[in-house]
Amino acid sequence: MIEVQTNMAQFKEISPNAPMADKLLNWVDNRFPASKLYKEHLSEYYAPKNFNFFYFFGSLAMLVLVIQIVTGIFLVMHYKPEASMAFASVEYIMRDVPWGWLIRYMHSTGASAFFVVVYLHMFRGLIYGSYRQPRELVWIFGCTIFLCLMAEAFMGYLLPWGQMSYWGAQVIVNLFSAVPFIGPDLALLIRGDFVVGDATLNRFFSFHVIAVPLVLVGLVAAHIIALHEVGSNNPDGVEIKAKKDANGIPLDGIPFHPYYTVHDIFGVGVFLIVFCSIIFFAPELGGYFLEYNNFIPADPLKTPAHIAPVWYFTPYYSMLRAITSEMVNVLIVIALGSAAWVALKTQLSVVVKGAVAAAAVVVSLMMFSIDAKFWGVVVMGGAVVILFFLPWLDHCEVKSIRYKPEWHKIMYGIFVINFVVLAYLGVQPPSHIGERVSQVGTLFYFGFFLLMPWWSKIGQTKVVPERVVFQAH
Amino acid sequence: MKKILLSLLLTVCSFSTVLANSEGIAWDRAPNKTNDVVSLQNGAKLFVNYCLNCHSAAYMRFNRLTDIGLTEAQIKDNLLFTTDKVGDNMKVAMDPKQAKEWFGGVPPDLTVIARSRAGHNGTGADYLYTYLRSYYRDESKATGWNNLAYPNVGMPHVLWQLQGQRKAVFETTREHGHEVQVFKSYEQITPGAMTSVQYDEAIGDLVGYLQWMGEPSQNTRVQVGVWVLLFLLVFTLFAWRLNAAYWRDIH
Repeated sequence: MIEVQTNMAQFKEISPNAPMADKLLNWVDNRFPASKLYKEHLSEYYAPKNFNFFYFFGSLAMLVLVIQIVTGIFLVMHYKPEASMAFASVEYIMRDVPWGWLIRYMHSTGASAFFVVVYLHMFRGLIYGSYRQPRELVWIFGCTIFLCLMAEAFMGYLLPWGQMSYWGAQVIVNLFSAVPFIGPDLALLIRGDFVVGDATLNRFFSFHVIAVPLVLVGLVAAHIIALHEVGSNNPDGVEIKAKKDANGIPLDGIPFHPYYTVHDIFGVGVFLIVFCSIIFFAPELGGYFLEYNNFIPADPLKTPAHIAPVWYFTPYYSMLRAITSEMVNVLIVIALGSAAWVALKTQLSVVVKGAVAAAAVVVSLMMFSIDAKFWGVVVMGGAVVILFFLPWLDHCEVKSIRYKPEWHKIMYGIFVINFVVLAYLGVQPPSHIGERVSQVGTLFYFGFFLLMPWWSKIGQTKVVPERVVFQAH
Repeated sequence: MKKILLSLLLTVCSFSTVLANSEGIAWDRAPNKTNDVVSLQNGAKLFVNYCLNCHSAAYMRFNRLTDIGLTEAQIKDNLLFTTDKVGDNMKVAMDPKQAKEWFGGVPPDLTVIARSRAGHNGTGADYLYTYLRSYYRDESKATGWNNLAYPNVGMPHVLWQLQGQRKAVFETTREHGHEVQVFKSYEQITPGAMTSVQYDEAIGDLVGYLQWMGEPSQNTRVQVGVWVLLFLLVFTLFAWRLNAAYWRDIH
């Protein structure tokens, strides 16, 4: 009896004369934190009021995720994950399924849109220091999402079973065979066969429609929960929670709903204008979103003259191709040179210096003895993995590029141009000049991150204001 | 920040010019006939009579031709072989093994051929339009035919009765110290059933049909797209003003 009483006490009573909707909400709130969640994540989540253009891309990434999941569900209803039927089933969707062409173009354009949006979202984090304390986990969850997205896109690309699907998968899976000792078995495990075939198609389908999306959705939830715990950063890199009013509400914060929901709806409108223009008027986007070669059914006996991944993978593909045996020699020199520098120029203990020197020698010996192709794979993977460490690489006093030393802007500018150049080279057939440029580009890419603890401290930072900079609309 | 964006834009722009490098012979621009029902019907007729004997269009149903103004009765009477049904796909009767013996390979399926052959020189339609007008007599080849757009092609000139027979005149010139054969002009050997203008017109129809068949919903797509974009423009206009109305309170 007493127990019932205490339980009842937790129940929020509502006047019997209250409107039906209020009664229903009260009934739910007594059983599930509906109002609490709504407040914490929308109506009483205080976001800085000075968000700019770059802050549209988080919510747009959510929108694209939903588009991909919903269109994906409908595509799976008609698609056949079977080597002899896959290509035909995609054409069946394009022709015989009512509005199938629309669903398919939404999904194929959505894949590229996802990367456009996510790259801009990551760039935003990069320039405004959104990865710095206390947002390290937000950034790490985000990087993991990016990694999942790459896996999702790679495996999804096999499904139409065109020539590019087939040979792209063949090339990338073969890379794993460059891993010493376990390589060939690893590649076999991934393919499920000695060449890319029906077994590969089936497992990629399974991963693409179930495994990876599940992980992806979970990570997105973690990303947002972590973000809402620490609060959003902003273009000034000022912590709005440092200045609160009498009610404990940040002075520069505004409720996410309605201010940013209405703001994002406008962003969604602009995004959809671009997105739909592509879907309806240029779904192939000049061969970049849907590659021409992929309208030829996969033929294991005919290797296309030029195999290139879809545009969003090409910066990494360029870095992979940049690692020739010549380049490995350069890397050996860099590894040994850095170790020598650590030994001679730093004040670290002898033990640390010895460890660094030993590590450099071991790595150099490995580079010397293992095929350059493997190091290409390491570099390609490393280019993504290195992003995870960004919170601990940036040693600048200020977060936002607005208050970083002027010359940092040039660094970030070169970084972006370098990334675009690498992306461009990855689309092109191999060439001598292209190889050299991509090698320099690869060194810059890694130098940018690995030397960041050093260069990010150089130069005079500007004074960070107490409050965010905001001009009323 | 603006400087970064500007330099980014400039980089992208300078690349697009580099992309426009060419390979092989230049492609002629195919006339756009995917909206011209009379041309498409003529193209469909040419396709069924000349192409469909060896090439399939296995993802295309005969009755989809109702989209270009034909009735099912017309399709049955004029375009179907006796055994086919109007809802069937455009399959081919030729045995792949025999095809390999005769042509050195199985003729590719043509359903999406116009989409797959696009490249830096132009659209897939441009390629097909050039290719089907580039045949010439070459006795050194097994079929007696060769093609400028697709050298040593396995397919003979199926439309020769329409175009007549031509030979290609090459000129020997020196380039980078090597002797190279440079194409000069065609020379008509025997006249065809069509004049060259009529032939180009007919190939335009055929290519228009192939382009349409590659994506039968393409015209619907554009029509729907116009309405969708009109809606989105209005929607975004309202969203923009709504946003401004809310943000007026924020100082």
